[in-house]
Amino acid sequence: MSGDLQGRAVITGIGQSQTGRRLGRTGFELTIEACKKAIADAGLSVEDIDGVASYPGPGLGATGMSGASTTQLHAALGIKAKWYLGASEVAGQLGPLMEACMAVSLGFANHVVCFRSVWESTAQGSGGFGGSFRGSYRASGFMEWTAPYGAISAANWIAMLCDAYMHRNGMTREQLAMIALNARRNAGLNPAGIYRDPLTLDDYMSARIISTPFCLFDCDIPADGAIAIIVSRRDASNGLPRTPINVEAFGGGLYERFTWDQRADLTTMAAHDAAASMWENTKIKPTDVDVAELYDGFSYLTVQWIEALGFCPQGEVGKFIEGGGRISLEGQLPVNTHGGQLSAGRLHGYGFIHEACTQLWREGGERQAKKDVNVAVAAAGGGPIAGCILLSI
Amino acid sequence: MSDYKSPETRILPEITDESRAFWTGGERGELLIYKCLDCQGLIHPPAPACYHCQSINVAPRPVSGRATVAAKTINVHSFNPAMPSPFSVAIVELEEDASTRLTTNVIGCPPESVHIGMKVQVEFEHYEDVWVPVFRPVAS
Ligand SMILES: [Zn+2]
Repeated sequence: MSGDLQGRAVITGIGQSQTGRRLGRTGFELTIEACKKAIADAGLSVEDIDGVASYPGPGLGATGMSGASTTQLHAALGIKAKWYLGASEVAGQLGPLMEACMAVSLGFANHVVCFRSVWESTAQGSGGFGGSFRGSYRASGFMEWTAPYGAISAANWIAMLCDAYMHRNGMTREQLAMIALNARRNAGLNPAGIYRDPLTLDDYMSARIISTPFCLFDCDIPADGAIAIIVSRRDASNGLPRTPINVEAFGGGLYERFTWDQRADLTTMAAHDAAASMWENTKIKPTDVDVAELYDGFSYLTVQWIEALGFCPQGEVGKFIEGGGRISLEGQLPVNTHGGQLSAGRLHGYGFIHEACTQLWREGGERQAKKDVNVAVAAAGGGPIAGCILLSI
Repeated sequence: MSDYKSPETRILPEITDESRAFWTGGERGELLIYKCLDCQGLIHPPAPACYHCQSINVAPRPVSGRATVAAKTINVHSFNPAMPSPFSVAIVELEEDASTRLTTNVIGCPPESVHIGMKVQVEFEHYEDVWVPVFRPVAS
């Protein structure tokens, strides 16, 4: 093993703010709500918190993509931090949480509040996404290479990669639909779901196309909401109310350049690197995983994570998800048991780890997986952005 | 389709020292791609070092402009009203090195006719100080 945490990092509490469409609340307010809930859930008080970590730091410009930075939350709660981090140049949205696991494992902090907040729904309601490209705007960064071609949405970039995967491996839209249908069914059982009405294959196949092969239901929905996770040093978790969740391993590998269109194999993503590096750090095997909470900013990203994490052979995800049985709550590998971002809102990665903990604590209620849940994986990111975490109880 | 008209506007790139050759080579009809002058490897997007051999002896050089479609989508949703949908967006592989790819538009044909394996050839669309490389199917 190369990155052995030796059980020294645990999760002791989780919190989710009010979540929904156009709540009209600030991202800052939602962040504080989620963090206070998580701290209370862990049985701690603000005075016990000595670390703060969040994504994306101050650097990600798009409107509504961050409700509060690490230092803003730190100031708002008056935290005496011994360790803190806010960053986007990390292993995906979950990267700062992985860093927090390292910090507590090495004794640099006892209890780190890790959070992610978004208020894209409210922000875009007042002229966000399309509006940022008007007038004298010129595209920079990765957008320099896509925006001149009208490909300003990740929907376009990921649709092309999905197209290449379908072309090579024969995955069909009917198979891909199962990611969206499964998410919707689970959201219907989740009181915090946003879209909870049943979705049929007919609805999916007749939905308007966004960017081929993606229809409306392959794309997640902007939301307002925040999630916080308390990462604790195991030795500091004695006497806390919850059974600590063990952070067994994580992976954030990036083996090729940070681009969306230059990876040697266009049918894989950095998810494959992150997953490979995670499995190097544990004796647990893919077949030991009871539930998988896998990023679905676009349905195809879940397909990528299923393959990357080794739940089926490369190229065969279409068959694996066909009919939706295997990935359902009753199946061998329940996936996105809360409804994912497709039906429970784009909380940008943190919804998955929140739900993995919920399932491990067997608090899923109607949406609890029907099997015994002892090992869960949470993964976030797409394209060159990737990080995954393996949890056990 | 000979009746293809380039869009009235495009979102233009913020040209950097590294990307200037790519976005302006079209003025002379050249598709300029960064090349490592030590190992001859191509590098795109342009970067100050060669990812094949770590050399910093890199510079833009012309390529043939012939390429093959490796992935494609038809953008249908109107993300940006300035560019009327539907239109084709594709990833094309350069003839000189299939691992060097451009995200681009395939133009001059119905978007639904664009397919993986389609042979295409560069041409340029001029806006302000930018010559945007786009690709048109090669008549078979
Ligand atoms: Zn070289």
